Amino acid sequence: MTVIQARDVSLTFQTADGPVHALKDVSLTIERGDFVSFIGPSGCGKTTFLRAIAALETPTAGKLEVADMTPDQARRQRAYGYVFQAPGLYPWRTIAGNISLPLEIMGFARADRLQRIARVLDLVDLAGFGGKYPWQLSGGMQQRASIARALAFDADILLMDEPFGALDEIVRDRLNEALLDLWKKTGKTIGFVTHSIPEAVYLSTKIVVMSPRPGRITRVIDSPLPRDRPLEIRDTPEFIALAQQVRDGLREGHSYD
Amino acid sequence: MTEATASPGSTVLGRGLGRALPILTVLLAIIAIWYLAAIWMNATWVRDQAVRADTVLTTGDLIRQTLTLERPVLPAPHQVAAGLWEGIAGQKITSKRSLVWHGWVTLSATLAGFAIGTAAGVLLAVGIVHNRAMDQSVMPWAVASQTVPILAIAPMVIVVFASMGVTGLLPKAMIAAWLSFFPVLVGMVKGLRTPDAMQLDLMHSWNASRVQQFWRLRLPSSLPYLFASLKVAIAAALVGTIVGELPAGATSGLGARLLSGSYYGQTVQIWAALFAAAILAAVLVMLIGALERLTLRRMGLAR
Ligand SMILES: Nc1ncnc2c1ncn2[C@@H]1O[C@H](COP(=O)(O)OP(=O)(O)OP(=O)(O)O)[C@@H](O)[C@H]1O
Ligand SMILES: [Mg+2]
Repeated sequence: MTVIQARDVSLTFQTADGPVHALKDVSLTIERGDFVSFIGPSGCGKTTFLRAIAALETPTAGKLEVADMTPDQARRQRAYGYVFQAPGLYPWRTIAGNISLPLEIMGFARADRLQRIARVLDLVDLAGFGGKYPWQLSGGMQQRASIARALAFDADILLMDEPFGALDEIVRDRLNEALLDLWKKTGKTIGFVTHSIPEAVYLSTKIVVMSPRPGRITRVIDSPLPRDRPLEIRDTPEFIALAQQVRDGLREGHSYD
Repeated sequence: MTEATASPGSTVLGRGLGRALPILTVLLAIIAIWYLAAIWMNATWVRDQAVRADTVLTTGDLIRQTLTLERPVLPAPHQVAAGLWEGIAGQKITSKRSLVWHGWVTLSATLAGFAIGTAAGVLLAVGIVHNRAMDQSVMPWAVASQTVPILAIAPMVIVVFASMGVTGLLPKAMIAAWLSFFPVLVGMVKGLRTPDAMQLDLMHSWNASRVQQFWRLRLPSSLPYLFASLKVAIAAALVGTIVGELPAGATSGLGARLLSGSYYGQTVQIWAALFAAAILAAVLVMLIGALERLTLRRMGLAR
């Protein structure tokens, strides 16, 4: 079942230095349960596309549908959990309080809230840290807490913009594993922006390669890898071949200009 | 946290002294300069007196006399201190000569004006942040209100209120509010606008209403700014109240005390009232500072 459908989506920012074509004629179909990674050089419109899906930006041309609705209708139905590069936790709320925030806004009953908080804390491996304040946690733990916050209200679509960009490789590996695990458990549709080829290949069922000026999709690669992926899969020939395809796609985009 | 890095073996006392030493040095310097100024400014009068009485003054006599005049041009620090002590501890606090009584009159109007001004500033700021029309129209008027000299406005306010039969605390509180709403307004507008784009986007993606966004994000984020402007506002409220006590007819409050002192050339009384006002202001600002530290630390917003 198609969850996100983009047809010839363009998005132009009007700036003081003239128009910036952040997206040009982008077409993409994302099925329910897909894990889609967006990869490409800086400024190719990855963030812009993710924000357009979440109704944080409005396309200037083309058609973007989310579950047969406009992105804004989907937003009103709380279809999105959005994770930014920075955790963005409130310093004056505990971890549990932070996760509770969207639940309070959405009007969940207290008992339900507590139960959901416990469940998502468990999911991101932070059980027992609900009473701590953000500054008492490491950067990786804070980012996991922000993922828990995005998961708590059971949005169908999880959008993540370089969520692990600021973390070191070891923590990143662990979080990647945890994210795959979570995705398998919940069956959510995930849109994931990254700069790392191995990360994109390891996580995704679909890898979208983009290139800049104007921002467009140069290649969409469907991954043949199985859904069960131990970290060791990164040493298999299939994985390496796939990474090579992504690299070629990125190079192609560059030779364009 | 930072004190903890002080050299090992330094005692609490040592650390306290280390912090107090610069302040004490400056204080001593000020007192020394003050004494010199008092001698210099009062000397003319003392010499005139000596010439008139046909006596010859030694330097020691001169200095002694300049520092013990009944109505000096500039009273010496110890005279002011004595006057202050006399006014605070030497009177029944219900007496018209008690600085405690006058201080209370001023303080009550200051607090009332501060409360009114803070409420007005916060409400206007909320309006400005949430309403485009208010955003463009209120600020110029608020700025204009502060450019009107308060000394010119105060007597009119007092007279207008008096003509309606309202005297005492309220007119003075209105003048205090007039001065104190402005810093709160400016600080709150800035504070309510601090949440960054990411936090507002998150709220948007959760489909939060503007009311939810206000209570859960904007208001808590604005508190550091609110406290900073409250400190300015309480001092401004005190100034406003004292100015409100200056117009003729006022008989109570530190402002009235200042004015009657100047009528009768009681310079010691003027300076004592002045210091009482300064001490009051310092205490009020410190109280808000303590409240600020307590709140922000509990909210995890302290540095
Ligand atoms: N709000 C905005 N106003 C004007 N231009 C913008 C705005 N947001 C993005 N752009 C421009 O649109 C283009 C695409 O930006 P976008 O943030 O989507 O890139 P990105 O692929 O996410 O890059 P990065 O990998 O560095 O995060 C860039 O040229 C950027 O300057
Ligand atoms: Mg980006």
